Amino acid sequence: MYDVKPVAGRFGAFGGRYVPETLVPALDELESEFERAWADPDFRRTFENLSRDYVGRPTPLTEARRLSEASGLHVTIKREDLCHTGAHKVNNALGQCLLAQRMGKTRIIAETGAGQHGVATATVCALLGLECVVYMGEEDTVRQELNVFRMRLLGARVEPVSSGTRTLKDALNEAMRDWVTNVRETHYVIGTAAGPHPYPWMVREFQSVIGREARAQYLERHGRLPDAGVACVGGGSNAIGFFHAFLGDDVRLVGMEAGGRGVGTGEHAAPLTAGTPGVLHGSFSYMMQDDDGQVQPTHSVSAGLDYPGVGAEHSFLKEAGRVTYLAATDEEALAAFQWIARLEGLIPAFESAHAFVALRAEGLFKPGDHVLVNLSGRGDKDMARAAEILGYGPAASA
Amino acid sequence: MGRIADTFGTLRARGEKALVLFVTAGDPALEDLPAILDTLAEGGADLIEVGLPFSDPIADGPTIQASSHRALERGVTTRGVLDALAGFDRVPVVLMGYTNPMLRMTLPGFAAAARAAGASGSIVCDMIPEEGGAWAVAARTEGLDTVYLAAPTSTDARLDAVCAVSRGFLYAVSRTGVTGASSRQGDEAEALVARLRARTDLPVCVGFGISTPEDVRAVCRFADGAVVGSWLVDRLARDWDGGRGRAGLLESIRALKDATRPGS
Repeated sequence: MYDVKPVAGRFGAFGGRYVPETLVPALDELESEFERAWADPDFRRTFENLSRDYVGRPTPLTEARRLSEASGLHVTIKREDLCHTGAHKVNNALGQCLLAQRMGKTRIIAETGAGQHGVATATVCALLGLECVVYMGEEDTVRQELNVFRMRLLGARVEPVSSGTRTLKDALNEAMRDWVTNVRETHYVIGTAAGPHPYPWMVREFQSVIGREARAQYLERHGRLPDAGVACVGGGSNAIGFFHAFLGDDVRLVGMEAGGRGVGTGEHAAPLTAGTPGVLHGSFSYMMQDDDGQVQPTHSVSAGLDYPGVGAEHSFLKEAGRVTYLAATDEEALAAFQWIARLEGLIPAFESAHAFVALRAEGLFKPGDHVLVNLSGRGDKDMARAAEILGYGPAASA
Repeated sequence: MGRIADTFGTLRARGEKALVLFVTAGDPALEDLPAILDTLAEGGADLIEVGLPFSDPIADGPTIQASSHRALERGVTTRGVLDALAGFDRVPVVLMGYTNPMLRMTLPGFAAAARAAGASGSIVCDMIPEEGGAWAVAARTEGLDTVYLAAPTSTDARLDAVCAVSRGFLYAVSRTGVTGASSRQGDEAEALVARLRARTDLPVCVGFGISTPEDVRAVCRFADGAVVGSWLVDRLARDWDGGRGRAGLLESIRALKDATRPGS
């Protein structure tokens, strides 16, 4: 029941297409071209060969021995942090840029928060020789200066966005406006499984390699499936890609949202945990909004989760009761960040650190449960911020 | 027939085209909205689009974005706008906004409140015919016209759909892009209007990037009306000044209206 293409772009009540009319023909074209390409063995072969030879797939599964001892669980980690560019984002960027090339589009635009999707898109554009423009909130260009430099080095133009709250949602707004204006020659590579149909479906398909690999690898190594799978959820692309292969299995699935300063404070980015359904960025899904239907500002220590909306399929899986969504606070995520570093020698991205908080959640798992965690990205990009927050300045190093 | 149809009927009988003006409700201050609407009607607006501020206006360019932002900063809400509108009836009012604030009031709730406020119709920038079914029912129940947008990129099948569900008039988007900031009107708008005319008897108005009497005159040669938005929003923000800019504004609106008259 979970495998079908959404009818009229819907997952249950969620999804759809709430966009200016100008974009609809482009979305129609994208939908039909994606459907054709995804069924075309040549396209699949190109995608899979580059996934192997350029991205470095399949990514390994790592048995987390010390983390298992410390948590009383049997923890295994899917290593998306080992993808080229350092996160799962490249799976989708590669798929969409190949599709754009197939459609004859010569110009690529993207939005980015922490910069990971922007870097992944700029990377693939360099590989394929496509023009690339990345919209990034002005605030984020300062917070993630290193990624701005990486994108420029890769030949992309980074456009700082100074409207609204100057963060990820405004970068998305600005990218949409660019697309409405330049739609004939431009493809918009949305970085997450949100946005108008066909994006939630297409991005899920490009990311579903994560779960397919992990499931097969786990079965082969353990001769069984895990009891549970955990991933962090911002827009939700790593989570939906990871969950999808397990939806038909007896595997408990847990999505960890950004609880910021605590969902009770209102300063968070946890729409599934504490939001309500509404229309944002072209899709009907859970979101953070006030009584007047205005989108609310969000807060998370992780720029990649700092987003008021979430992919439509997650809203469906929440209401269907198939996936449990919880929120991890900044503080809990930072504790997990250090915990994983010291116990396993893995430095997760702030985003991915949220997933590991589930391992310490009271009553969520039984002792000895086999838990598979998706480590969606590595934490190099967060080092400056981590040093600042954790007080690892030069003076403290002694 | 609704009030919008009557307005276009009267204009047609006079050989005139429609001057459609857009203002963001709450920028300048919401208390000034009745006086601003009066001024626009006085100057010759045949129909007024009242913009409902939204935090994430993806179809709008910098001018209307900034204007919506200022309105929201002043604490303007959708209900507040509807309250401020009630009592104005010199020309038909069409509410223009985005889906989410309407959904938040529930679609039947929004439609009832819009009618109570005296609105004649609505334009929802991010609602396409395929997603508009529930709204069409709510709007019809309250006798509101729903105006859909047609774009130069729209396929023939899409124009058929837009024509089939629109009531009152059709809004032809002059070019690919967001509201405001534009170069001259190209041939795209004229070609689009011709494609719409082949499908419907509804009046067709052209908007996006129209700001001068010359623009209005150019558009009125082939369309039933011209929509001026960003230019007016910018002008109000700069010159309204609590009503002190009324006289100068009136003069500019009259010049725009003159450009819709025959022989202009």
